[in-house]
Amino acid sequence: MDNKWVLQIQNVSKEYGGNSVLKGVNLSVKPGEIHALVGENGAGKSTLMNILFGMPVIHETGGFEGEIWLNGKKAGIESPKNAMEAGIGMVHQEFMLLPGFSVAENVKLNREPTKSNWFSKISGKKLETLDLHKMGADTRRALDRIEMTIDEWLPLVGMPVGHRQFVEIAREIDKADLSVLVLDEPTAVLTETEASNLLSVLKKLAESGIGVLFISHRLEEVYEIADTVTVLRDGEMIATMPKTETKLETIAEMMVGRKIKRLGTAESGRATDDGDILEITDLCVDMPGEYVNGANITVRRGEILGIGGLAGHGKLGIANGIMGLYPSSGTLICDGEEIPLNNAQSSLEAGLVFLSEDRRGVGLLLDESIEDNIALASMISKKNFLKRVGPLPISVLDRKSIREHADKMISLLEIKCTGPQQSVRRLSGGNQQKVCVAKAITMDPQVLLVSEPTRGIDVGAKERVLSMIKKLNREKGITVVMISSELQELRSMCDRIAIMYKGTICGVLDPDAPDAEFGFCMAGKGGIPSD
Amino acid sequence: MTDSFKQLIDKVGLPRLTIILFLVALMVVATVNHLPTSMLLSNSLVRIGMNGVMVLAMVPSVQSGAGLNFGLSIGIIAGLIGMLVVMEFKLVGFFGLIIALLIACALGAAAGYLYGLVLNRVRGQEMMIGTYTGFSIVSGMCMFWLLAPFRNPEMIWVVGGKGLRMTLAVNDSLAQILDNFWQFEIFGVEIPVGLLLAFGLACLLLEVFFRSRLGVSMKVAGANPVFATSCGVDVDKMRVLGTVLSTALGAMGMVIYCQSFGYVQLYMAPLMMSFPAVASVLIGGASARKATVWNAVLGTVLFQTLLTIALPVTRSVIQGDISEVAKTIISNSMILYALTRKEGDGE
Repeated sequence: MDNKWVLQIQNVSKEYGGNSVLKGVNLSVKPGEIHALVGENGAGKSTLMNILFGMPVIHETGGFEGEIWLNGKKAGIESPKNAMEAGIGMVHQEFMLLPGFSVAENVKLNREPTKSNWFSKISGKKLETLDLHKMGADTRRALDRIEMTIDEWLPLVGMPVGHRQFVEIAREIDKADLSVLVLDEPTAVLTETEASNLLSVLKKLAESGIGVLFISHRLEEVYEIADTVTVLRDGEMIATMPKTETKLETIAEMMVGRKIKRLGTAESGRATDDGDILEITDLCVDMPGEYVNGANITVRRGEILGIGGLAGHGKLGIANGIMGLYPSSGTLICDGEEIPLNNAQSSLEAGLVFLSEDRRGVGLLLDESIEDNIALASMISKKNFLKRVGPLPISVLDRKSIREHADKMISLLEIKCTGPQQSVRRLSGGNQQKVCVAKAITMDPQVLLVSEPTRGIDVGAKERVLSMIKKLNREKGITVVMISSELQELRSMCDRIAIMYKGTICGVLDPDAPDAEFGFCMAGKGGIPSD
Repeated sequence: MTDSFKQLIDKVGLPRLTIILFLVALMVVATVNHLPTSMLLSNSLVRIGMNGVMVLAMVPSVQSGAGLNFGLSIGIIAGLIGMLVVMEFKLVGFFGLIIALLIACALGAAAGYLYGLVLNRVRGQEMMIGTYTGFSIVSGMCMFWLLAPFRNPEMIWVVGGKGLRMTLAVNDSLAQILDNFWQFEIFGVEIPVGLLLAFGLACLLLEVFFRSRLGVSMKVAGANPVFATSCGVDVDKMRVLGTVLSTALGAMGMVIYCQSFGYVQLYMAPLMMSFPAVASVLIGGASARKATVWNAVLGTVLFQTLLTIALPVTRSVIQGDISEVAKTIISNSMILYALTRKEGDGE
């Protein structure tokens, strides 16, 4: 092994309970190189990072296969402490900083320079006094290297996220033997100016000889700073190439790729032109991580409209905003009538029904029975399943009709359960999703908003859920808006596919459009409307 | 055999099974020692009816997601004021009782509304905040009792002619009015029919409420606030409503308690009164996130019977009175036990 690489990952594989999430990944970083690792959610980026940093989750689940070499030496990384000593610095997606402490205290945490004193002479090193002067000076030097002007003794509390991110970086580069700096989605929470500052700092750091491994799904910034790009998809390494030999669109295409064989495309040219059922104008939604910034789109009656795009570009925000789950502004017109936003009840009354991507959090009452999960939402918002108590002007739940309805749904959707009274917590992901679908059908929707319908469920159930949604559209004439990060899924289901980029609709494409065009849109390079 | 035993434990829950077995053991000891079992049973029934509605008050608060109502003292004080007003104007009989209940209910609902608004600002710490809100209101009311414009000479201090006494005897025509209503004796056990009917009626009304659309919306808001929002339920409103119901029930429960007890105790007396109520519903199998009317009924029966029977039995076996100690130990350890578990174990 010669010393021309600071970090080499060789043939690394990892399984979680028989499910392989990384398959033979190879990756090498030169000193002074910025190496970008890109991939969709679930591509295995985080797992690779956890392996690199010796996170306990890896060893608790049986370790990994393959080897990691640092500066030409084989490194056995068993714990974050090992990783640190070996010279890996990590900037986390969630900041690992103490808000009540000052910048210098955070930077030097657990590595404080100390002076001996009277007590420590008796009881050992742990009681030595902190060398505050040296702490400050070291921190100042680290901050200067990344061109931060903030005072090193300011407390972290109240500092903008951008500054905190830089403090994390300062902490890592302050470590004397740092040879590789790993950044996991460092720009995800930053504003554009902060992000571009960060990128220029990274370039400077790389020039000083540190290898940088940069994980991101924001392609444009990857394209801006990386020397080499590695694309990961479904745990496999798709390609490693110098940036100069590739184009933005090619990377996007590789990331999305063909995950599953096409389930057959929607019959193109299907007559869905019965006018518009939903008009969304200037929709802005304040959903953390999925902001929508002035999206405009119309949904035609009877169609299946797909909304795709990379994570973080606001595709989830659209449905959540329309359903009043996150603060939003703009206008929403359903069937010619304007619906007030920020009010779940009014959206429901207009016949909009939402199948949330957060099944367990939003979609279900986990400790309640299947029958209650199916019926209660409809009872609350549509006043179904109620009966009078004798002659009294009071209505109570009609248990009998709820049971009958649940039995019908269980057999219709083939929900595998011990009976309508089983609690949904015990069901598998696929069956939970079916309960959600049953709940949605019970609400008698005019427009069904489906968000990530196949997330976290196994392959067989995936197809069943998708065909169920398609059936609802074809047989009951329910208009469907389907949001998914799986492009192939959208292409097999939808009549039109809108691609989101940075909170707006970047283009509306035909499901048969070439991969490159989708890649274009996801990278924000405008699109060609399908009509 | 072991299987069916396990099923039984799962169904009834280990704490309840333990208490039931303990109760049976106590009864056996009582019979062996020739204690008046019929009197013990009569007393148990009275205490169940006396305390039942206050325990029931825990149910709406838990169901709406605001946790166990440790601030029940607020409702209790509303109930005390209801009693005091009726006593001041010397209203008697059922008319007096109904007026007391109405005043208690109205004051309790108003106080519960304000308390609910407070609880909406301290999500996740309702029980801690509730405990201390209760404590401070009880202490604050001590001043009110001294300054309140009550003039009835039977109620105020003899010396000075101002300020309410510590303990006031309830007028004869009001005292035990529910207990004596339709009361009859069977095998020497006196059944306080009116009292139990009142408790039963409260249970029934609450149960019906929880099957109505509003009640189910409240339950859903408590079980999963985001789910509720997505169904168009205003979660904050439901939590306030739950607190209002809980406080009003607590107030009416106090009126029923006072008429049966025959005394109205003021000043620091209501300070710890929410704890036995909390403990009862927990003994009945509720948790801080889930409670049903059934939990409240079962809990009241077990807790009160235990207290009533344990006192004379222990006195017959060992010398001295440990009932107060037993009550404190049982209620506090039950609260501790239940709060350290996440899920309810009553199903």
